[in-house]
Amino acid sequence: MGKKVLMKGNEAIAEAAIRAGCRLYFAYPITPQSELIEYMAKMMPKADGVFVQAESEVAAINMVYGAAGCGRRVMTSSSSPGISLKQEGISYIAGAQLPAVIVNVARGGPGLGDIQPAQGDYFQATRGGGHGDYYVICLAPNSVQEFADMASLAFDLADKYRNPVMILADGLLGQMMEPVEFKDALTPEEILEKEKQHWDWCCRPNEDEPNHHHHEINSLEIDPKELEKHVLRLGEKYDLIRENECRWENYNVNDDNELLCCAYGTASRIVKSAIDQLKEEGKNVGMVRPISVWPFPYQQVAAGVGPKVKRVVTFELNLGQMVEDVKLAINGKVPVEFMGKVGGLVFTPEDVKAEIEKYL
Amino acid sequence: MQVVATRPKSLTDLQFTYCPGCLHGVAHRLIAEVMDELDIRNETMGVAPVGCSVFAYKFFDCDMQEAAHGRAPAVATGMKRARPDMHVFTYQGDGDLAAIGTAEIIHAANRGEHITVFFVNNAIYGMTGGQMAPTSLPGMKTTTSPYGRDVDDIGYPIRVCELLDSLVAPFYIERVSLLSPAEIIKAKRAVKKALLYNKEERGFTFVEFVSTCPTNWGMDPMKARDWARENMLPFFKAQKFRDKGEE
Ligand SMILES: Cc1ncc(C[n+]2csc(CCOP(=O)(O)OP(=O)(O)O)c2C)c(N)n1
Ligand code: SF4
Repeated sequence: MGKKVLMKGNEAIAEAAIRAGCRLYFAYPITPQSELIEYMAKMMPKADGVFVQAESEVAAINMVYGAAGCGRRVMTSSSSPGISLKQEGISYIAGAQLPAVIVNVARGGPGLGDIQPAQGDYFQATRGGGHGDYYVICLAPNSVQEFADMASLAFDLADKYRNPVMILADGLLGQMMEPVEFKDALTPEEILEKEKQHWDWCCRPNEDEPNHHHHEINSLEIDPKELEKHVLRLGEKYDLIRENECRWENYNVNDDNELLCCAYGTASRIVKSAIDQLKEEGKNVGMVRPISVWPFPYQQVAAGVGPKVKRVVTFELNLGQMVEDVKLAINGKVPVEFMGKVGGLVFTPEDVKAEIEKYL
Repeated sequence: MQVVATRPKSLTDLQFTYCPGCLHGVAHRLIAEVMDELDIRNETMGVAPVGCSVFAYKFFDCDMQEAAHGRAPAVATGMKRARPDMHVFTYQGDGDLAAIGTAEIIHAANRGEHITVFFVNNAIYGMTGGQMAPTSLPGMKTTTSPYGRDVDDIGYPIRVCELLDSLVAPFYIERVSLLSPAEIIKAKRAVKKALLYNKEERGFTFVEFVSTCPTNWGMDPMKARDWARENMLPFFKAQKFRDKGEE
């Protein structure tokens, strides 16, 4: 661990990715994530890594596919409209079971939307996003520190499950400056050790018979019986991820809570401030914050509903997307309310406090 | 007994899935023979397209990736950048490379990626059953141009070599044909040049094969070759466009 430095989220995630052994990065510029691609352009050559500004997000994600198929630590990043373009490639990466990390510094949509922070990509991020039966592990930070910490976690999860991992931030987390402390950088030997776990299936230097290998990176199974087997195996993997990789934070969750909030990412920071203000006024409100939005911590959200909680309120920077998962988690035990803000606008702690007070 | 012809080491022993008389098999064989001759199989990886040659990832006996439709040059870019000590090639049809993958091929060529692209131009979408391709000839009847390609409505065929020849970076660009034994021998020389330059890390190399699709053209293989000679070669001239190794 080093000392704390003040950094933008976009730069912090880039620095953390390089420290986590990412040596290939392919992307296309888009606001509000441009500091990320610019940081990579500057620092990758110094880390003996590869930076390519691709001709489009489609090309960038397919470069990621090619490099991931070689078993290397590789990342791309974009913001909402660009993430839509990457969905084709993400589906192929999931189908071919390749480890890769994708950062979405989300902005307002649909369409070109605007360049302010928003959470309208929740459905896309948590339901696979592209075609076919698959999921992307999706981590949603709410501070620059957590954003940076997720880099090595994302690469390790991608390796462990041979699955794409998305870090879902937003324009606020990307642009905001906060103090951040980085983990020590992996040495080249440590990176190689991580990459070696893929050598039994990835594209790499070959030998003559009898040690010759023929590795195929592929998502095609033309025989339905074979594709069935493949998709069922993916299903088993997703079950394992659901079982092992739910991440969440309980904030002021206790048996005397009168109300429980649920929020993730930037929205959860504002809810925290509101909860703190309410506490000073003697009102006891808790929050469960999903950190992994897929797998969604259904049980942990349900477990957050204390004996005195009469209502759950979900706060999101969209028209109400995660609220569907919260309702599944609560399963009718208590009513679930929703408050949203759209257009790239952000609610204030006072807005949130007023909403909560409606139900107290 | 003397063996005079055998399967190249760089092909697996799987049976090709191509129609009888299809020239994809010939193109595969040329590439594999050259990989053997240059002794690069163990340092080579390839990218298969979406199209009739989708199973190329099973046929070439080296590590292979199957790309999304048209994306092979981007996938190859990622592979080459990830494993700079290896040689990377793509194998693509005309729908794959000249329609859906136009951006990827132009930019890979423009970056001068150290890869080789093999481009099989049969003027039609083979795999999906004979639809119009960006390379279908003026007036050519296909299932999606049932009255013949109307150039006033949908434009002229794209000449990919000529297009790439306008870029500064590419190292070697040649169009060859596979319509007779003599042309196949010439084609092999182009394949060898491309892969040799690749091996020597000289830059982006590109070989287009003027080919046929007897099945979707509705012709027997010999007639298809005659048709290609009469109709394709005047528009897609078999020639070397660029060879920076000989300048
Ligand atoms: C995104 C996407 N769009 C369309 C298709 C359907 N498709 C498969 S192959 C093909 C055309 C192949 O033609 P070509 O590249 O000329 O190769 P050929 O089969 O003639 O060798 C199309 C349109 C697809 N697989 N993916
Ligand atoms: S459809 Fe045409 S291109 Fe495809 S295998 Fe048959 S002959 Fe060859």
